[in-house]
Amino acid sequence: MIPELGHFALIIALLLALTQAILPLVGAQRGNLTLMAVARPAAQGQFVFVALAFGCLAWSFLTNDFSVDNVARNSFSQLPEVYRFTATWGSHEGSMLLWVLMLAFWTTAVSVFSRHLPDDMVARVIGVMGLVSVGFIAFLITTSNPFERLIPAAPDGRDMNPLLQDWGMIIHPPMLYMGYVGFAVAFAFAIAALISGRLDAAWARWSRPWTTVAWAFLTLGIVLGAWWAYRELGWGGWWFWDPTENASFMPWLAGTALIHSLAVTEKRGAFKAWTVLLALTAFSLSLLGTFLVRSGVLSSVHAFATDPARGAFILGFLGVVIGGSLVLFAWRAPRMLTGGAFNWFSREAMLLANNVILLAAMGSVLLGTLYPLLMDALGMGKISVGPPYFNAVFVPLMAPALFLLGIGPLARWKDASLPDMVTRLKWALGIAVVTGFALPMTLKGFNPWATLGFFLSVWIILTALIGFRERMKNGTRLSALPRAFWGMQLAHLGLAWGIAGITLVANYQQERDVKMNVGDHTTLAGYTFTFKGTTEQPGPNYRAARGTVEVSRDGKLLYLLHPEKRIYNASGMPMTEAAIRYSFASDVYVALGEPLDDEARSWAVRVFHKPYINWLWFGAVLMVIGGFLAASDRRYRIAVKQLTAPAGAAAQGA
Amino acid sequence: MKRWIPLVIFVILAGFLAKGLFLNPREVPSPFIGKPAPAFTLPVVGAADKTFSPGDMKGKVWLLNVWAPWCVSCRQEHPVLMGLAKSQPVPIVGLNWKDRDREAERLLDQHGSPYLAVPDDLTGKTGIDYGVTGTPETYVIDKAGIIRMKHVGPISPDVWKAKFEPKLKELGA
Repeated sequence: MIPELGHFALIIALLLALTQAILPLVGAQRGNLTLMAVARPAAQGQFVFVALAFGCLAWSFLTNDFSVDNVARNSFSQLPEVYRFTATWGSHEGSMLLWVLMLAFWTTAVSVFSRHLPDDMVARVIGVMGLVSVGFIAFLITTSNPFERLIPAAPDGRDMNPLLQDWGMIIHPPMLYMGYVGFAVAFAFAIAALISGRLDAAWARWSRPWTTVAWAFLTLGIVLGAWWAYRELGWGGWWFWDPTENASFMPWLAGTALIHSLAVTEKRGAFKAWTVLLALTAFSLSLLGTFLVRSGVLSSVHAFATDPARGAFILGFLGVVIGGSLVLFAWRAPRMLTGGAFNWFSREAMLLANNVILLAAMGSVLLGTLYPLLMDALGMGKISVGPPYFNAVFVPLMAPALFLLGIGPLARWKDASLPDMVTRLKWALGIAVVTGFALPMTLKGFNPWATLGFFLSVWIILTALIGFRERMKNGTRLSALPRAFWGMQLAHLGLAWGIAGITLVANYQQERDVKMNVGDHTTLAGYTFTFKGTTEQPGPNYRAARGTVEVSRDGKLLYLLHPEKRIYNASGMPMTEAAIRYSFASDVYVALGEPLDDEARSWAVRVFHKPYINWLWFGAVLMVIGGFLAASDRRYRIAVKQLTAPAGAAAQGA
Repeated sequence: MKRWIPLVIFVILAGFLAKGLFLNPREVPSPFIGKPAPAFTLPVVGAADKTFSPGDMKGKVWLLNVWAPWCVSCRQEHPVLMGLAKSQPVPIVGLNWKDRDREAERLLDQHGSPYLAVPDDLTGKTGIDYGVTGTPETYVIDKAGIIRMKHVGPISPDVWKAKFEPKLKELGA
């Protein structure tokens, strides 16, 4: 009964989405206020019904209803309750339902927080988001119905993918989707502006907070994914340049470019066409990411269920949404007047350079991700592109962008003076260069990658501090600085902190693979690891061999670590559960490999010493906080009120 | 004309994606299926005086698993192979492919070896003879020395049940 209710709710949501898409768009075109007024209630109603459908699916999972195909394939009676809930979005169908739920949530948020926007703008934005909703709900109902019954019902489920049974996976997909889908708002604003022909500073100002919030969620989602990979895959790595990872990273790069480009469009009225194109690109890449992950055109270590019919549907949808919006762009582009002129050395120029580099980096990731597919499609054989390509291309591309990041916020709009900039920054540059060369020397000898990383990190931190000092020169207190400024600085500092962490862990981590008998010990980075053997330990839905490793330093016992090797009951899949001792300065990481004899007395053990890896997570969290802070700046709320009048007047004049 | 560039790029990309939909990245049609396994004689890792050639396996159904110490997916597959080696439905030979850093012996020593023998294909030539496109790949070879099946990518318990077990039953392993 409950699954049918969910299915029914989804169909009603589809009808509401159609209403939400068609009536307000027609109304906005004809200037019919009654039709435009449908937008808000339709969007909110759609959210209610999608939420109801999601609730029904979650209920089926929580109550172990194995007569539902999706539940039978992705859950298990022995699965702990919290994972039964998260299994709701552990499957393809469920994760698409989550996608739709997030989209409805964002649309509802727009309908609530848009009271000061002109009616036709709101109607168009919500209408465009309605079109996207229609596509995805139709996709769910026609190719990926999560409520499909299984007759006869399965006696028990086949269990959730053990890799996903981790609490990082509980929050990773919702955060990631909040980011992915959040770019739909910026996309809808861009389309609405293209349709109405009103691409002005007001449009940029309305888009900015939404884009920044979406970006912050996406950042959080990506980092949670990296953190999950670090803890769950048992290889000690945190980023593998895997297609699914790239699928989330490409919209992030485009979104980062968009945030910066929107700033220029809002403040200076420049780059309008470029900014619109970026808004279209960021969301298009979100859709492309969904296609790549869901259609099975690329194989990946994250292997989800794949199906060509689904791929064909998403690709068709992609063609309509992206193709349609690019046609609209090409048609309307001549109407966009470029704003104020600027000198080659100015904040605009820096931001433009940053944008170009970010997009080039995005392009290189896109190329690397799709290259195997392109070669295959051209009949040139099957190949795979690995981390060496990405590292070799991505790092050199991003380094200049990170250098500019230090100068950009300090440069004046329109026309900055190079000699003046040199005077202001020479100390920062000097200290950064010296640190870059000296620090690796004191650690392990000269290392160009470490030099580059430390230099950029110190450079960004010092220039951010200079930014604070210059802002406070005329007696402004720290607390009086606008939140947008704080947000930008925190995000930049977070990036610098993260880069420092990445540099340290990439260049100075130590690892050792050893064969250990009970009582054996090995040393790494000054720690002594003594293997005390394993014990059999049953888990709720798995059997585990739980190892005990004593970690000591200078003969003093510090703590015990318990890495596990689990065999999941339903799927028979082996999983490595690494034991990690976190601390500010370094992680000690122990993972069990394979038992090397039948009595399980001798094991392959992998130990890692990961210096400062936590800085990466801290830095990312700081970036997220910065994003939210910037989006909550007062002027977005106050200024919108003031802007409504002239924008409304312009609408009447048009 | 500049304003049409994004659309053109997208259309080209979409064309490739559409083509890609009808290709399966895991399904490489091997021209070798149904043909005799190419002969080779290679030294065996960990036993410098011994060699291995497919002829040694005559009369048995066996698996030729192409792996490499530098291959991450092979590490993922390794515990599954260890499980198979324990239950022993079929002997597994591990072709050590392009191991330029000479790590195979150390790795198998530490993590355990699921293999009956590990022929050492340092140059990668034998792999090319078999049409290897990447690691891991696994060939099912029958009693007469004919290649019967090829699987690209790591073997998971599911893949084993769905793909290998029926094939091995059919071949009478």
